Amino acid sequence: MIIGFVVLLACQLVGEVLVRVTGAPLPGPVAGMVVLLVVLSVRRPRPDAPVLRAADSLLTHLQLLFVPVGVGVVTSLAVFRDETLPVVGGLVGAWVICVVVTGLTAVGLLRVQAAVARRRRRGARA
Amino acid sequence: MTAGSWAQRWTETGEWLVSSPLFGLTLTLAVYAASRALWLRRGRPAALQPVVVSMAVIVAVLLLADVSYDDYLEGASLIILLLGPATVALAVPLHRQLATLRSAALAVPGAIVLGSAAAIAASVLLVRVLGGDELLERTLAPKSATSPVAIALAETYGGLPPLTAVLTILTGTIGALLGPWLLDRVRVRDERARGLAIGTSSHGIGLARIIDGHPVEAAYGSLAMGLTALATSLLMPVMLPLLGLP
Repeated sequence: MIIGFVVLLACQLVGEVLVRVTGAPLPGPVAGMVVLLVVLSVRRPRPDAPVLRAADSLLTHLQLLFVPVGVGVVTSLAVFRDETLPVVGGLVGAWVICVVVTGLTAVGLLRVQAAVARRRRRGARA
Repeated sequence: MTAGSWAQRWTETGEWLVSSPLFGLTLTLAVYAASRALWLRRGRPAALQPVVVSMAVIVAVLLLADVSYDDYLEGASLIILLLGPATVALAVPLHRQLATLRSAALAVPGAIVLGSAAAIAASVLLVRVLGGDELLERTLAPKSATSPVAIALAETYGGLPPLTAVLTILTGTIGALLGPWLLDRVRVRDERARGLAIGTSSHGIGLARIIDGHPVEAAYGSLAMGLTALATSLLMPVMLPLLGLP
């Protein structure tokens, strides 16, 4: 378990360093996620490997980790009182539009790709 | 011993308590454990997401007890520290589904870029139409990206980073509460498309809702969260001038 956490932290560390050295517009942990993905693809660990168990136990309680940041809303209650309509409207409206655009685009493109794959298979058979 | 010294020690102990790291840490873990137990016992209802209930209860406690956010963070920041390795850990659900990803090689970049662009444009234009000022437009624009990126983008492009942080968290919270419901309403049933939509619109908090029991959605969501951070960073400098924000 400790070894698993060390692997996760090491990947974050490599990610943070990479982002700073290259100036990539990404947060270090997201780069670390890519690093771990590469490591897992190369090493192919067994299902009970320490890194997988550490990751699963951390992700089970992912909701907990966002609580302290979310409580930060107490620092901006005044903005919500003074500019309720643009803040709440912009927040909720943009979220709805983003979900719908992403979801429907994905469904459409997945259909296109499935159709192309079917045609290619049929072509290969003919 | 005089009554006065008792009262004084009582007050001093209270002051020590709220500014001690023990306070924020114990409060957060206890409230989360209770919210999670409630959520599990009620059969995991969408409206009682532990992240939402915990946030609401702790905000109420801080306001009622008149404790500042900085005092609370003394202890709670220890939990924030774990967000880094947890983000790295999102590679695991992604790794488990890597084989299925080829079936969506076109949909993944297409949906994420369009979705991120829609989020930026909609934030700016909705704030403008509803009477917000330019500062608020710039503050809301990057909120679909995961919070560290959104904060950095607000800093770069003239928004208010602390407010962006809060709005980003709230966007994710709405995603955790209503994401699957909205996707049902617009009939997006493909698990890959659902994961992409949650990850693009609601980053890690939305993901926290689907990580348990939806392996395909979680994998595509993790991928979408990472790529949305990148897409939003690249789209902001192009789109803001087009939206009248040089």
